[in-house]
Amino acid sequence: MHESADTAAIEVRGLTKRYGDTVAVDGLDLTVEPGQTLALLGPNGAGKTTTIECCEGYRAPDAGQVRVLGLDPRRDARRLRPRVGLMLQEGGVYPLAEPGEVLRLFAAFHADPLPPDALLERVGLADARRTRFRDLSGGQKQRLSLALALVGRPEVVFLDEPTAGLDPAARRLTWRHVEELRADGVTVVLTTHLLDEAEHLADRVAIVDAGRLVALGTPDELTHGDDPEVGFSARPGLDVVDLSRHLGVDVVEQRPGRYHLFAPNDPALIARLAGWLEAHDVRLGELRAGKRSLEDVFLRLTAEDDSTGARQVAS
Amino acid sequence: MSGVVPAERRVPLVPAILAQARMELTLLVRSGESLIVTLGIPLGILAFFSLVEVLPTGDEPAVDFLLPGVLAISVAATGLVAVAIQTAFERKYGVLKLLGGTPLPRAAFVVAKALAVAALLVVQSCLAVAVATLGLGWRPAGGIALALALVLLGAATFTALGLLMAGALRAEATLAAANAVFLVLLVVSGVTFDASALPAPLALLGQALPLGALGTALRAALHGDGIAVVPTAVVAGWGLAAVALTVRTFRWEP
Repeated sequence: MHESADTAAIEVRGLTKRYGDTVAVDGLDLTVEPGQTLALLGPNGAGKTTTIECCEGYRAPDAGQVRVLGLDPRRDARRLRPRVGLMLQEGGVYPLAEPGEVLRLFAAFHADPLPPDALLERVGLADARRTRFRDLSGGQKQRLSLALALVGRPEVVFLDEPTAGLDPAARRLTWRHVEELRADGVTVVLTTHLLDEAEHLADRVAIVDAGRLVALGTPDELTHGDDPEVGFSARPGLDVVDLSRHLGVDVVEQRPGRYHLFAPNDPALIARLAGWLEAHDVRLGELRAGKRSLEDVFLRLTAEDDSTGARQVAS
Repeated sequence: MSGVVPAERRVPLVPAILAQARMELTLLVRSGESLIVTLGIPLGILAFFSLVEVLPTGDEPAVDFLLPGVLAISVAATGLVAVAIQTAFERKYGVLKLLGGTPLPRAAFVVAKALAVAALLVVQSCLAVAVATLGLGWRPAGGIALALALVLLGAATFTALGLLMAGALRAEATLAAANAVFLVLLVVSGVTFDASALPAPLALLGQALPLGALGTALRAALHGDGIAVVPTAVVAGWGLAAVALTVRTFRWEP
């Protein structure tokens, strides 16, 4: 990790935010280097949006400190906003306005905006220029929101669930735009609950659960643990107690049909597993050994009854 | 990656406000329901009740009585009803939240909205005066400049009242409340008919409310009677109270 307070694009220290009795964010630390793409990954209600909204200046932290480009998002909002682009989780555009109108409006807020027409074309909305926002498809709405975030040539972009509700093709298109941002040296923070999205787009992934950072690293760092594990899929509801006894290692069913063996990848173990499956007439779906998928990491870290394992990977 | 922080980028404030005002005005005009309220109702009242004398408007020609009232109604229809509903739905759809994250300062946003309301009111007032003059034989008895000032004062008051609702209530509640308040004001304010036809307490209430007071002040101005101090003060008082409350209660987020 190369973290230096002087050059960080975004620095979050001990961020805490409560809503009434609920602690939404609980002492979160995070640093994003200039030009990096960071994915905040976590289940719904993990505190991703609250974290990003503290960085955007919408929320005042109850404790801790947030700096974006060295500035306080609330106190220095006037200086910061021209340099930041943001995309809300949903909405944000006049239902009766046309994409061209809205993009030209947002361009007028900036000293040196991207040419609106060219940007509309770039995000594939040239044909929808005269369609009212409420009549656009979900993907078109998201792409207009993205264009609004980009029109001011921002140095930092916050995207709150930029691909929520999009079909796979539209998601790929949004991914391409995020990749272009990275190529342009723009710092990007995005939230997602899609693992492949985090893995695909992010230089670093921050896994957040219950308002706390439970893991932070590159996708590679997160998926290459010291103790490679074994996982397999089969029909749901196998007798994991019996299987554990047979194998001599702990087995859990993480999700229906997805099983996890808490043991190193060892040929004898695999042979015993195959024997048990044969004896119980269970057809094997998929067998994984060695590199964990980000999904394994995520499921382990965010499982409620497994908070001790989380700390190890976070270190 | 060099650690150099780029020079501060300034917001082009005047073009930004003009662009925002233009968008506000476009949307006010684009919404058909809003146009019916802001143009249709006032002009309809003016034409219908000038030609068909069913309402008690005193001894003078009906149009002399009605034009000041219709100007007051236009102001209330735009400021209270159209702006309240439009802004409430802007809040509901996250438009205000996203705008709050752009370089456009919030004060600039309010100025832009005020400009849009003023522009729409100029059009409404000109149309009402044109209909009255060309179609109904109205002749001004002076006080045009004073009337214009009163229209602007009323616009500020009713827009503040509209924003008070839009920033505090849910969008659907604002929609209902704005229309209901507008209707009640129309009935008790003596702007379309002589308030002395109402029971005395109701007439008094009407004059204590901003629409009735604005109508009375405008009538005095256009009849060449100068500033009607008490009604003008009532309008201004409502405006100050609404601004103070709005500043405290307005929520930008859904």
